[in-house]
Amino acid sequence: MKIKPIEILSHIILILGVLLMVLPIWFSFATSTHDNVSIMTEGMKFFLGESFSQNYNEVLNEKGGWSEEVTAARMFMNSFIMALGIATLKVVISAMSAYALVYFRFKLAVPIFWLIFITLLVPLEVRIFPSYKIVSDLGLTNTYTGLILPLVASATATFFFRQFYKTIPDELLESAKLDGANSWRFFIDFLLPLSKTMLAAMFIFMFVYGYSQYLWPLIMTTDEKYWTVVMGMKIIFTENYEGVALPRTGERFAYIILSMLPPVLVVVILQRWFIKGLIQTEK
Amino acid sequence: MSFLELQNITKIYPNGTKAVNETSLNIDNGEFVVFVGPSGCGKSTLLRMIAGLEDITGGEISLDGNIINNIDPSERDVAMVFQNYALYPHMSVFNNMSYGLKNRGISKEEINNKVNDVAKLLEIDQLLTRKPSMLSGGQRQRVAMGRAIVRNPKIFLFDEPLSNLDAKLRNQMRLEIKKLQRQMGVTSIFVTHDQTEAMTLGDRIVVINNGVVEQVGTPKEIYSKPNTKFVAEFIGSPQMNLFQCKIENGLAKISDMQINLNNSLNIQDACIGVRPDDILISDQGEYSSSANLVEYLGSDMIIYSSVGGQEFSCKLSSKINLKAGDNFKFDISPSVLHIFDNTSGQRA
Repeated sequence: MKIKPIEILSHIILILGVLLMVLPIWFSFATSTHDNVSIMTEGMKFFLGESFSQNYNEVLNEKGGWSEEVTAARMFMNSFIMALGIATLKVVISAMSAYALVYFRFKLAVPIFWLIFITLLVPLEVRIFPSYKIVSDLGLTNTYTGLILPLVASATATFFFRQFYKTIPDELLESAKLDGANSWRFFIDFLLPLSKTMLAAMFIFMFVYGYSQYLWPLIMTTDEKYWTVVMGMKIIFTENYEGVALPRTGERFAYIILSMLPPVLVVVILQRWFIKGLIQTEK
Repeated sequence: MSFLELQNITKIYPNGTKAVNETSLNIDNGEFVVFVGPSGCGKSTLLRMIAGLEDITGGEISLDGNIINNIDPSERDVAMVFQNYALYPHMSVFNNMSYGLKNRGISKEEINNKVNDVAKLLEIDQLLTRKPSMLSGGQRQRVAMGRAIVRNPKIFLFDEPLSNLDAKLRNQMRLEIKKLQRQMGVTSIFVTHDQTEAMTLGDRIVVINNGVVEQVGTPKEIYSKPNTKFVAEFIGSPQMNLFQCKIENGLAKISDMQINLNNSLNIQDACIGVRPDDILISDQGEYSSSANLVEYLGSDMIIYSSVGGQEFSCKLSSKINLKAGDNFKFDISPSVLHIFDNTSGQRA
């Protein structure tokens, strides 16, 4: 088979793109397997070193923070709980509110939808003080509830679910009605299975969104027990900076690599569903 | 008291459109009734009101002695086959058929038996594990029927279920529906805009136009004695020929063609209908015209011609040798004529 020049060119572009994405991650990973002395003297590494187990072990188990109490493992758990909570609740709430908007034809459905939609213009960063005030008045600072709850409403997801539900033919609802399905059963037996793909896609997006939250947990938590991974990236392993010891670059890179794993795992696990759903159009 | 009674049923949509106007109808147990009419005439709305999918603006529907106006669709004990089948895409054929039974709290064993019996009856027992997306049009149609049958309802409602099939399959399914209905004896209402379907399927036909019932009767009654001009035009293929004319003392004048009606009618603005196959072509014919166009249909052919500027068609055996441009003579017997008053549209 002859390869056309245009194909070679497009492959070169694609390969460049892949390198652009992958190389920084590889550098980080390679560097995270070296000891701090060699990083300090030789800079970032391209080849693997010998301190892999030592660095990663230290990252996961060493207690850090100002109070020397919080470990990275703990922060991973916090982030995971937060992201899982946000993603799950966002998907559930959006699916249900879209269901109400599309299928219960009450008078204010359209204005309410646009009201929800407008909240896209007011991201958390804009309303961070009022949000903080509400949460702290409710006594929810330094709790998982406080970390998760203010972020669970999602206009984007509501919008996507609404658009999807609108494509489902009315006859399906009517037929289900004749078969004795009430509104709740229709939601559970029809809309949820039909929107499996959507659910998976939304869950992925929302998980990554929840996981990468920085400002909100930073403001919300004063107790180190509730620190999240993304916050920790700025804080952890800096305590010895001004001392005689070397900066702990190796551990910090190990920490970065580890922090990428949960979202990657979620994407890898759910994308199978996601792609399956895209291929079998079941509408 | 009839099995299904509609009394002065009216449907006005929120935007003010009157879809169904004061319709009354009685349907007996076991009857196969066809609602036929052009699209937008309100026939589907009527059906959907019986199913409970559409609110009733005025009037009463009673089924088996109970008024069902305010009864939830699921409790009316009716089953419907939709135009696009509305199969549940994420469920297997078996689950599609059993879903309604499951919601009724019927035991698993009984569901299994019922579904398997119906699947055998419809010859879809090999397909029970498949998803609807893996079925052909005809198979989907069968599943949709099976889903209705398995529930053993008081009434079957069919909303143009054959219109998505190709012509050959449509004829085949039409026969099958008829056979099944006979076999099970369940009261059925079938909505269609296709007059052939209506004629072949129905024990009785209800012709609907603009939300009003034009005529109710057996296919034979409707074909041989249409009550209104609309029915005359709508039923029968090719369409009935209508000649605008003036009737004076039983003599109809269609420009220079005059037909003696053997009566003493006097109508200023009249319309005379004659079925294309009631026009007899013979060399001794009283009237003459020339063929503008000839359509060859195998055993039959249709000749398009005109008299006094009014077009008409006649259907005859293709054994007769006639080509476009030929002159021919024909006869119309007064006994086959349908006379309508143009102002009221009613049969005179």
